[in-house]
Order: sequence, then C-alpha cells, then structure tokens
Amino acid sequence: MALSRQHELHRRRQSRNLGLGIVLVAFVALIFGLTMVKVSSDDFTLPLNDRFDPEVSG
Amino acid sequence: MSDASLETDATPLSATASQPQEAGFGDFFALLKPRVMTLVVFTAFIGLIAAPGGVHPLVAFSAVLFIAVGGGAAGALNMWWDADIDAVMKRTRKRPVPAGRIMPGEAFGFGITLAAFSVVMLALATNFFAAGLLAFTIFFYIVVYTMWLKRWTPQNIVIGGAAGAFPPMIGWAAVTGGVSIESVLMFALIFMWTPPHFWALALFTRTDYDVAEVPMLTVTHGRRSTRVHILVYTVLLAVLAVTLGFTSVGGPVYLAGALVLNARFLKGAFDIWRRDEENAEADNYRVEKRFFRASLFYLFAHFGLIGLEVALAPFGLGGW
Repeated sequence: MALSRQHELHRRRQSRNLGLGIVLVAFVALIFGLTMVKVSSDDFTLPLNDRFDPEVSG
Repeated sequence: MSDASLETDATPLSATASQPQEAGFGDFFALLKPRVMTLVVFTAFIGLIAAPGGVHPLVAFSAVLFIAVGGGAAGALNMWWDADIDAVMKRTRKRPVPAGRIMPGEAFGFGITLAAFSVVMLALATNFFAAGLLAFTIFFYIVVYTMWLKRWTPQNIVIGGAAGAFPPMIGWAAVTGGVSIESVLMFALIFMWTPPHFWALALFTRTDYDVAEVPMLTVTHGRRSTRVHILVYTVLLAVLAVTLGFTSVGGPVYLAGALVLNARFLKGAFDIWRRDEENAEADNYRVEKRFFRASLFYLFAHFGLIGLEVALAPFGLGGW
C-alpha cells in the first residue's frame, strides 16, 4: 500500500491538526481580547515596580 | 501518540490499514464528555449572571469557557482511570480509550494538561478564589470520586455528585470572589439532584453496573432500597429547590416554576417507590426511564428559571 494514498488514518490526522489549529487561533484571539478588556478597565494599574518614575529614569 | 501508520515488523501498515486506530479531533473532544459539559456550561453561566455585580462579557465568556475546559479535563482523567470499567459496560465501551482509538497515557496527558491550563487561565481571567474552587473540583472528581469512592462505596454517587455541583459556585465566585448562601444553595440543588438521577439510570441499566462490579446502590443494597432512596432524596431536593426561591436569585417566577416542577418530580419518585421489579420489568422500566428523562429537564428548568429572573430584573419584574 502506497503511503501517498489518502487513507482513513490521514483523514483523522488532518481533522486533528485542523481542529488544533482552529483552537489555537481562537485562543490567541481570546487572550488578545481579554488583555484589551483588562487594560481598558477603570481599575487597571500597573504593578508598582513597572510604573514610570521620572526621578528614577532621570 | 498512537501512530498506527508507522510500519514496523510487529504492525505492518497493511495490517493496520483495515482497522485504523488513529484518533481524530472528535475523539479528543469526546474525552471531554461534551454532554456533561453542557450541564457545566449552563449552570456555571447561570451562577455567573445571577451573582451581584458583574463582569465584562468577554471575561464572563472566558470564565465559563475555562470552567468548561476544567470540567472536560476532569472527564478525560476519569476516562483514563475508568477505562477498565468502561470497556465492560455497554453504555461506555465505545468511548475512545476502551475502543483503542486513544491510548490511556494520551488521555492522562491530555486531561492533566487541560486541568492545569484551565485553572491558570481562570485565575488570570477572573480571580484566584474561583480558580482554587475549580482546582478543588477537578481534584474532588478525580481523586475522591473516581479513584476512591466509585469502586468502594454505594454512596459513590452521593458524595461524588458534589463535583458536578460546583460549576454554579465557581461562576458566582468568578464575579464576587467569594461564596454566599445563594451559591451554596445552587450547589446543594445539583448535589441533591444527582443521586435520584443516577439511581433511576441504575435501575434500568442493571446489568451494566453488575458486570462492571461498581458498587451502585442497586447492587449493594438491592433495588427496593434504591427506590426508597430515590423518594427520600427527591423530597429533600424539593425542599432545597423551593428554598432557593426565597433568596436573592429567586423570585415569583422561579418559585411558581419550582413548585410545579417539584410536584411533578415528587410524583415521579413516588411512582418509582411504589413499584416492584415485576411491574418494572413488565413495562421495560417505563416509569424509571421517564423519571430519568424528567430529571434532565428538571435541573435545566430550575437554572433556566434563575436565568429568567435575571433577565426580567431590568424590567422590574425579576426577583423579590
């Protein structure tokens, strides 16, 4: 049996790869959206160490 | 991975070609127990929208999604541990692990990764309390229920049912960061509903649990005792369900609906209680099967009524 032949195994593997790809793209979009929501909220503050301090930075 | 396409001396490609064992995307999705997940998603969502305050819709969506993923992870770990039981039960033998499409190690890796992922993501999206509750739920379902109680005590369903009862509490905690009487009562509603639901199933799938040697109440205490237990738990459930109607998540609509639903459910439990095996076998467990189907509607309807109270609130009609 030639490996190039389209087989049930290949179809299953393709469905798995395609499904995983869609899940990953959706996850990236979700994290981007969540980040935008978090940084846009009124009570958002940077952690103390990351705040801009003019005296320290000169 | 179960790479069945690799040609080796032991498993030539021609031999595996007739019986493909490579898992597709759907097999991994089936590991998450999607039907159970619908209950998790729905109850978590209701817990979240009924909670005082509110969160951004995307945060709410993420919270429900990660709670569902956590529930799915617990399902995958359950299928990994229970593969031997699933293989002998008619109802479960076609699941991906007993059917050989997914190796037990794959199911474990998939489940444990998703479990960690869901807890961390819920913590980042909402708060640590909700994430801690989710972590505890997964631990409870896998270690306390699946590994310990399920094969040891006929009370497996009673205590193990707590795992399925946590989602509305987690949804509530995602908004409030804590626990309240309302979220505890929503938890209690599912907790008390689980035993009669599964015992009704055990009454008409009798051979499955016998063959798998799972100590269900029907096997250890007999079927008469199971019928009594169903009635007692349904009475306690009805009290809880109606009590929930007097809290801040209830209201006249919920209370009216709950009274009707519980009257019908009690009637079903009473019918099961007064029957004997001879009657049940004569009509192929018609009453038990009807009660089981009604139990699915019962739970969705109660949480649907809580959701309806929330939806009516902006019009001045929801709540007390």
